Amino acid sequence: MPLIKDGAFSSDPWVRVDDRQALPDGPVVITLRRWLAERGALEARNAPLGLVLASDEAPDALADDIARFDLICLEFPRFTDGRAYSCARKLRERLGYGGELRAVGNVLRDQFLFMHRCGFDAFEVSGNDDPASWQRAVTEISVAYQSAADRRATIVRQRHADEAPKRR
Amino acid sequence: MYRYDEFDRTIVNERVAQFRDQVRRRVAGELTEDEFKPLRLMNGLYLQLHAYMLRVAIPYGVLSSRQMRRLARIARVYDKGYGHFTTRQNIQYNWPRLEEVPDILEELAEVEMHAIQTSGNCIRNVTADQFAGVAADEIDDPRIYAEIIRQWSTLHPEFSFLPRKFKIAITGAPNDRAAVKVHDIGLRMVRNDAGEAGFEVIVGGGQGRTPMVGHVVRAFLPVPRLLTYLEAVLRVYNQLGRRDNLYKARIKVLVHQTGVEAFTRLVEDEFQAMAEETPQVLPGGELARIRACFRPPAYRTLEDHPATLTEALAADPAFARWHSTAVSAHKQPGYAIVTIALKPIGGVPGDATAARMDAVADLADRFGFGEIRVSHEQNLVLPDVAQEELFALWQGLVSAALDTPNAGLITDIVACPGLDYCNLANARSIPVAREIGKRFAALDRQHDIGELKLRISGCINACGHHHVGHIGILGVDKKGVEHYQITLGGDDTETAAIGDIVGPAFPAETVTDAVETIVGVYLDRREAGERFLDTCRRIGLKPFKEVLYAAH
Repeated sequence: MPLIKDGAFSSDPWVRVDDRQALPDGPVVITLRRWLAERGALEARNAPLGLVLASDEAPDALADDIARFDLICLEFPRFTDGRAYSCARKLRERLGYGGELRAVGNVLRDQFLFMHRCGFDAFEVSGNDDPASWQRAVTEISVAYQSAADRRATIVRQRHADEAPKRR
Repeated sequence: MYRYDEFDRTIVNERVAQFRDQVRRRVAGELTEDEFKPLRLMNGLYLQLHAYMLRVAIPYGVLSSRQMRRLARIARVYDKGYGHFTTRQNIQYNWPRLEEVPDILEELAEVEMHAIQTSGNCIRNVTADQFAGVAADEIDDPRIYAEIIRQWSTLHPEFSFLPRKFKIAITGAPNDRAAVKVHDIGLRMVRNDAGEAGFEVIVGGGQGRTPMVGHVVRAFLPVPRLLTYLEAVLRVYNQLGRRDNLYKARIKVLVHQTGVEAFTRLVEDEFQAMAEETPQVLPGGELARIRACFRPPAYRTLEDHPATLTEALAADPAFARWHSTAVSAHKQPGYAIVTIALKPIGGVPGDATAARMDAVADLADRFGFGEIRVSHEQNLVLPDVAQEELFALWQGLVSAALDTPNAGLITDIVACPGLDYCNLANARSIPVAREIGKRFAALDRQHDIGELKLRISGCINACGHHHVGHIGILGVDKKGVEHYQITLGGDDTETAAIGDIVGPAFPAETVTDAVETIVGVYLDRREAGERFLDTCRRIGLKPFKEVLYAAH
């Protein structure tokens, strides 16, 4: 799958491995189940670690481990399954995850804006979606009413720039 | 009313351009129907039995005369000359051409309207009390909060792909005219012990195939926390709501299966955490800015019950009869709230021709500060009419054939479009509504029967709100033949209740007789001052069953 990252096609150094496969050298993406089962061995490994969460797996249990991952992939089994939007915001805003947050699965250009606002910065896309369509999708609606993980200045803040925001 | 600023205008205009491109891609074959479907649904465009159907939001039911004229123009230019006002405070056009939908949206944007989120599994058009701002019993004006919720929910990045559609209703008064207890989230303004206004939050009500009355999850929510709390409820629902079964995907099922206490705890935990992270801030300045939009109009200093009105009421029985159904108490002395029933005898509930829409707009300008409301009972409302001008207004309504004096009576029927238009329906609703309307056309009899909410749905999805009708009629398919199941005792107000099924369904030919029989039992058994609903509650189903199924 082509990968759009930071608004451009990007090469993908990550290898996704299933639970029974032995881990190759280099950056690998593992499941939550494997992380929980083989944590000790994985921590001893001297290569970047990525994690993939299925849409029914919430990131809450990862609180203390979050800094160990350089990549987290959230799965959209169907684009209509919107659970990963909430997971993404939790990862960014609650757990302080600062690594790459990648949307995988049924990822369509018409969802790019929502994903971007919830904190995704990388997208595994179908062949039809190019960086230009990504760029258009995230900019064609140029203002937003709500605060989200992208921390853009909301309309409400822009309207009331004089009222000092109380951000903790 | 609320006026768009540059930001509101930008969003709506950009959304029109975005949809225009989506339609272009569909027409050019770059998008399949399957790919286009979720995109069009998020903009209120359905593919129905015969044609596309466009659902336009009327946020919290508030319209200006200018907007109403534009709705009329759209009906005339792009459709077959009429529109259908729905129970969700929307208007639907049944015959738009796909290629012209972007133009319709552009025309709507020019008058600060849109079709954003009138469909799809997202937060739908927020509904509110149609008497907002003028009702005598109001704690605060719910339009202010409805507008805040409208903005917050518009293109919400986290909640645009929920397990199912999501509906929020709000009332500013203890008397509930917005059916808040049968919504995914219902908000009711209340005061706490310190006298501050806030919200009672009700979650998990709804109709459809599993009708439920919602539960109070927060007795008092301070105003500035409103959006953060809504966000917490939505997040819990988004993560835990069932996605394996379409029919169990609404939040009411989640609340039921989780248990109210456990669900409330989940929401409260999420709410506390969110308040630390990205609270949806509602600065005082924003509240004041929006409140200022809903300042009362320039009322004159008038007295209640002016002599001109008293004389007209005495002189003209037809006017007096209309007055007794159409006019409600206003908080401002000398003024009245007027309901214009869109339920002519034998007509289609909620339908309005372009000419009638224009007529209402003109009357709103002449008598009502240019403002119109759409009620969830598929009627229109002029919120601010001077009592001394009621007679002149009524004459104007007579000229437009909008004077049917049946608001709140048995022929003020709420009905979904049914099998005549809708893909989902099992049975027709409109012919049943017409037939019942004709049977009870006699005004003396209707007025004698008094307040009676009759609601008809053509399928289990309950768009006609039959579950909460005093008499509810549900179309069902029995081996290819349309039948109608009757429920009694439903209620969509602060004393909300789901109606009980009276017994086996009736074939189309006898459903009107059955309604007549039910009304007959009520008239026999009612005690002084009892409404139909009161009698139902007192005597239960048995007396009705005995007569309805006597022959069996």
